[in-house]
Amino acid sequence: MAQSFPEDVLEHVFSFLNYDKDRNAVSLVCKSWYEIERLCRRRIFIGNCYAVSSEIVIRRFPDVRAVELKGKPHFADFNLVPEGWGGYVYPWIVSLARAYPWLEEIKLKRMVVTDESLELISKSFKNYKVLVLLSCEGFTTDGLASIAANCRNLRELDLGESEVEDLSGHWLSHFPDNCTSLVSLNISCLGSEVSFCALERLVARCPNLKTLRLNRAVPLEKLPNLLCRAPQLVELGTGAYSAEIQSDIFSNLAEAFLGCKQLKGLSGFWDVVPAYLPAMYSVCSRITSLNLSYATAQNPDLVHFVSQCSNLQRLWVLDYIEDTGLEALAASCKDLHELRVFPSDPFDAEANVSLTEQGLVAVSEGCPKLQSVLYFCRQMSNAALVAIARNRPNMIRFRLCIIEPRAPDYLTLEPLDTGFGAIVENCKELRRLSMSGLLTDRVFEYIGTHAKKLEMLSIAFAGDSDSGLHHVLSGCESLRKLEIRDCPFGDKALLANATKLETMRSLWMSSCSVSFGACKLLGQKMPRLNVEVINERGLPDSRPESCPVEKLYVYRTIAGPRVDMPGFVWTMDEHVSSRLSRVTERRGD
Amino acid sequence: MEKGVAYDNDMNLKATELRLGLPGTDESQKECSSFVKSNKRSSEEMDSSCNEEECAPAPKALVVGWPPVRSYRKNVLQQQQKKSDSDVSGMYVKVSMDGAPYLRKIDIKVYKNYPDLLIALENMFKCSMGVYSEREGYNGSEYAPTYEDKDGDWMLVGDVPWDMFVTSCKRLRIMKGSEAKGLGCQ
Repeated sequence: MAQSFPEDVLEHVFSFLNYDKDRNAVSLVCKSWYEIERLCRRRIFIGNCYAVSSEIVIRRFPDVRAVELKGKPHFADFNLVPEGWGGYVYPWIVSLARAYPWLEEIKLKRMVVTDESLELISKSFKNYKVLVLLSCEGFTTDGLASIAANCRNLRELDLGESEVEDLSGHWLSHFPDNCTSLVSLNISCLGSEVSFCALERLVARCPNLKTLRLNRAVPLEKLPNLLCRAPQLVELGTGAYSAEIQSDIFSNLAEAFLGCKQLKGLSGFWDVVPAYLPAMYSVCSRITSLNLSYATAQNPDLVHFVSQCSNLQRLWVLDYIEDTGLEALAASCKDLHELRVFPSDPFDAEANVSLTEQGLVAVSEGCPKLQSVLYFCRQMSNAALVAIARNRPNMIRFRLCIIEPRAPDYLTLEPLDTGFGAIVENCKELRRLSMSGLLTDRVFEYIGTHAKKLEMLSIAFAGDSDSGLHHVLSGCESLRKLEIRDCPFGDKALLANATKLETMRSLWMSSCSVSFGACKLLGQKMPRLNVEVINERGLPDSRPESCPVEKLYVYRTIAGPRVDMPGFVWTMDEHVSSRLSRVTERRGD
Repeated sequence: MEKGVAYDNDMNLKATELRLGLPGTDESQKECSSFVKSNKRSSEEMDSSCNEEECAPAPKALVVGWPPVRSYRKNVLQQQQKKSDSDVSGMYVKVSMDGAPYLRKIDIKVYKNYPDLLIALENMFKCSMGVYSEREGYNGSEYAPTYEDKDGDWMLVGDVPWDMFVTSCKRLRIMKGSEAKGLGCQ
C-alpha cells in the first residue's frame, strides 16, 4: 500500500506533521515511511541531552533545521544539583556545526553554555536565526557579542532567566547596522546597562520586532523612545518601572503606550512606582499575559491595575495581591487560564501578607477556564482543595507550595491527603502536579488510582513508606518525570518498578532512603537506564551497600553511561563494583 | 534481591526518620561512620564541613532548595527589598522646628546612631535637646526631637533601635520642650 504513493507525495503529507509524537508514529509504520520521514524531519526535541548522542541523532536525521535540548534536572532550579554536574552543550554544538550547516534554531534549557559555544554557533551556520537560552549559565556578554556580530539574519535572541557573567553592556553595539531581522529580543536577565543609543537604533531598524524584553537598567524615562519606534510590539518587558514623580514623564509614557495597539503581553516592572501604573491603562483591555512577579506593588494599586485587564489569560504576580486582590481578579478576569502567585518573603515563617487558601478558591470559582496554577501560601485545608477540585475539573497543571514543610490542614490538623485526592480524582486531564503539606501514603494511593494522565509529579517531605512510591510508579500510566526530595522512599519500591523507569524520561530522588546497593542492582538489571548517584561526600568507606545515597538521578538512554561526570557522580552499572573498590584502594593511600 | 537491601531492619527505619535537626550519634549509624552525615536531611546540606558536635541545629529557613523559589527570583526580590528600604524611607527627610520660618532636609543614612543625629540637629538649628532617657524622654530640654513614622504616627526620637528608626522615619519635627512633655511617657 505504502508503495503506491511516490516519495515526494508522502514527504509532502508528512510536512504537515509538526508534533514529534506524530512523526514518531509515522516512522513506525514501515521501513520506507521511516526512511522518508527521517530525511524530512526538520525539528528535533531532546528532553534529556544525555538520553541520546549527537552521533545517533545526526545519523538518523541528516537535515535538521531546529534543535531543542534540555540538560539539568528540574530540581537544579532550587540548587539541588551541585555545581559541575554536567549539561555541557559544547560537544553538541561541535557535532551540529559539522553536520547541519543550515541549522537555524537552537533552544537550550538548563544547560552550561560557554562563550566558546556561542562563538561556534555564530560562525558555523549560514542562515542562523534563533537562539533561546532558558535558565542556562556559563557564558558572558562576550559570547553575546559574537552572536550579535556574526548572525546576519538573527530573528530571535532570548536569554530567558540565564545566569550571564555581565562584563559590560557593550555587546549590544555589535549588531551591525544592516541587521534588520530581529523579531524577538529578551535581555531581561542582564545586569549592566546597554548603550541606549545602540538599543534605540536597533529597535528602530527592525520593523518586525514583536517581542522586546528590556533589562532593569533601561530607565523608565527612556521607555517612550523605544515604544514610539516600535508601536507594533506584541510583548513588552519594561526595564525598571520607577522614576521621580514628574508629570512630563507620565504623559510621555501614557502617550507612548497609547500608540501600542498590538500589545498583548507585559512583564518587567522592577522597582515599580505605583503612580506610574495608570500610564498603561490604555493597553490594559488588550493584555492577555501579565507578569508582575517582580513588581513589589501592593494593593490597592496592584489590584486596581490587574482588574483593568479584563481579557487577561495569564497572570504571574506576587502574594501582595492578597486574597482580596484574587477575589477581584475572579470577578473581572473571566478568561483567566493561568495563575502563578509567588511569595514576596519566602523565608519568613510569619505571613507578611494576607494571602491564604481563600484567594485560590475564589479564583477557581470565578474563572471557568483556569487550568494552570502555581500557588505559594502559608496555609491550606482539605476543604479548600476539595472545593478547587470540584470547581475546576478542567485543571491541567496544579502546583501548590505550602511554605512550611509538612504543614497539616490548618483547620482540622489532618493530612492533606483528601484534598489532593480530590484534585486527582476530579481533574481527569491533570498532567502536572506538585504537592506540599502533610501527606501520608494515602495520597499516593489516590494518585496511583486516579492520575492516569499525569506526566510530571513533584513530591517533597511526604509519605510514610515505600508503598507511597510504589503506588505512583505502578499506577501512573502516563508518568514521564518524577522528582522526589526528603521522602522515606527506599529500595523496595524502586527495584520492584525497575521496568517502569524505562518508560519515563527521568526519576530524581534526593535525601530519601535509597541505598548504594539498590542503585547498583538497578544499574546492573537495566542496561538502558543510567543510574547516577550524586554523593558529594564521596563513596562510603564501610558497608557501602546499605548506605543511603545523597541524590539519585535515573534516566533512560541509548547513549550509554556519560563520560563527562564530575568526581561526585557515579554511574551505577556492572562496572561499578570494580570502580568502587579501586576508589577505596586509592583512599587508603 | 540482595540480602543487604532488607529495609525492615532497625538501621534503615532510623534512616527513614526525617528530621530537620542534626541526628544524634546513633549506635546503628556506626556502620556508616565515615559517612556521619549520610542520614542527615536537607538542613545539614547547608554546611558540609560542619561537625555534629560543633554545630547547632540549622534553623528551618535554611533547608536547601525550600521553598522552591528559583535563585534568580530570590536574588531579584532581595535586591528590590534593599532598594525600596532605602528609597521609600530613611534617606532624605524634612526637618522642621517649631518657630523656624523654613524647613531643612537631611540624609539620615549619613548618621550611624542617635547621638550623631542629635548633635547634627542641634548644630543645624542652634538649639539644645539634651540627652534622651527612656523614662523621661528629653524632659528638661528646651527642645525635643520627634518624627513621623511609616504609619503616620508621631514618635519620640530614640524609642526604637536605630536601624528601625532609619527605615521608618518619614520626617522629623523638633518640638518645643514644653509641648513634648506628654510624649516621653509610656
